[in-house]
Parts: sequence; C-alpha cells; structure tokens
Amino acid sequence: MKASTLRTLALLTALLIGAGFALVFFYAPNEADQGFIQKIFYLHVPLAIIALGGFVVGGIHAIRHLRSGDPVHDARSYVSIHASVIFGVAVLLTGAIWAKASWGKWWVWDEPTLVSFLIVFLLYCTYYPLRYAIEDRERQARYASVFAITAGAFVPLNFMAVRAAQSLVHPRTFGTVDGGLPGDMWLTFLVCFAGIALLWVTLVGFELVAKRTSGQLSRLRRALDEGTDRPPLGSGVAGRIAPGGAGTR
Amino acid sequence: MPALPLDEAGKYVAAAYVVFVLLLVVYIGIMAAKLGRISREIEEIAELAERNRAAADERAAESARAEAEEVRS
Repeated sequence: MKASTLRTLALLTALLIGAGFALVFFYAPNEADQGFIQKIFYLHVPLAIIALGGFVVGGIHAIRHLRSGDPVHDARSYVSIHASVIFGVAVLLTGAIWAKASWGKWWVWDEPTLVSFLIVFLLYCTYYPLRYAIEDRERQARYASVFAITAGAFVPLNFMAVRAAQSLVHPRTFGTVDGGLPGDMWLTFLVCFAGIALLWVTLVGFELVAKRTSGQLSRLRRALDEGTDRPPLGSGVAGRIAPGGAGTR
Repeated sequence: MPALPLDEAGKYVAAAYVVFVLLLVVYIGIMAAKLGRISREIEEIAELAERNRAAADERAAESARAEAEEVRS
C-alpha cells in the first residue's frame, strides 16, 4: 500500500468516524426501550462485526498462504488477526459497560452471545504464543496459517450456533419480527459501520507497511554488515546491497 | 430493566466512547514508537553505508596509487 493511499484512507476514516459519532449524538433518536444508553450500540456492534469479519479475513489470507507459499499472505493473515484482537478488546470493554448500564452486571455468564465472543477472543489470543513458540520461520508461518484457517472457520459456525440458541437477554437488532431498526438509526449505524471498517483497513495497512519496512531494513542491514567484512569490489556500497538487499516481504 | 435517566446513562455512554478513543490513542502511540525505531534504524544504516563507501573509496585510491607506482618502477 502506498503512503498516499494510506494518507487518504486515514483521512477518510477520521471523516467517517467523526460523521458517524455526530449522527449518533445529534441525529439518531433515543431508543424507546433503553433510552440514551443504546447509543453504545453504534460503537459496540460495528466493532464486534468487524472484529469477527477480520478473523475470517485472516483465515482467507492463511488459505492463500498455504496455497501459494507466499509470505506476504502470511503477513496479511497475521496483521488481520492482530487488528481484530485489538478490536476484540474494544468490543469486550464497550460490551461490559453497556451490560452494566442495561443489566446491572459487567458480565453475564449464561448469555451465549457474550460467552461465545469471549471464547473466540481467547482462542485468537493463543495465536501469538503458538506463532512465536516456533523458531523456524517457514514452519511458524505454516502452523499459524493452519491455526488461522481452523479458527476462522469456527467464527461463522459459532455465530450460527449462537443465533440458533435464541437467547432472550441479548438484544437482536437486525431482522427481528417487529421490524428491526428505523431508517434514521440504520443510516447512523451504516455510517458508523463504514467508519469502523475503514479504521480496520487503515490500521491493517499501516501495520503491513511498518512490518514490510522493518523487514527490508533488516535485510539491508545484513547486506551492509556482510559488505563490511568482504574485500572491496570497487563498485561502492550501493552496488553490493542492490541484488539481495531491499526486497519486499 | 427500565431505561436509565439521561444523567446516569450519559456516564456509561461517555465511558464506552472514551474507552474506544483511548484504545485508538494507545495503538497510534505504539505505531508512532515503531515508526521512531524504524527511522532510527534508517539513520544508522545510512551512516553505515556512508562509512562503507568512504572505506571503499579509500581502498580504491590506494590500489590506484600502488598500480601507478608499479607502472613507474
């Protein structure tokens, strides 16, 4: 991803999130049942959907990595999962605040939606120790990809199982028999959702660029260090580092 | 549960949005630290490259001098 693309993405993200939050507080009406506290919905639900979607995206990149062996896909899978875990932390925190305000408790253990999200989140927390417990880079990438695919397949299965459980506590906002969200709430939700989705894309983009740059720097440093030990070739430093130097990971 | 009054609900809503912004700020801070490290590394590598180039030029000049002396003798 180019620097100019990232800058545009970051600006667009800030704009959309700003517009979304403005709609939340100045346009969307208070919900009849929960009142003002329902405003958390516009933050909590998009974060949850994007976090779960990000885990699936990580799994898709992992499939591409296993099929092609290209380390770029492994990096994308890793960064997607990393960003989604951070979003997961935000989901759990905002959800706990909403639960305390609505149900009087920070956490409800007999609510399938909450517990299943926690299980998915904890599952992905084990991704890091699994990955970094393996020293050999190729094996590390392969095992991490297998994990990402398995866990990524678990996300939609888990979602469907929870929907089938038909809990009465956690609200079902979309597609209810009563008609779901009214138009102004939908619009607010969609703008917030787009903003949070773009935020995820932007953070993934920044992480990927940072990872690629530090990889290139390590290779450059290695090439230069090797260069100092060798006798001079008479073509200067640039000539020595060019062939194996600044490749992209 | 009945809806909370606005003054009480407001605190929770503010807390949720502040948590989100704080997480974002922490993340951006970590990214900034990473970028700082990358920038320092680039400076170090540039210095190393300049030192290498200077050493290579010196060696090339020396060998040229040696060759010239050989031709003269």
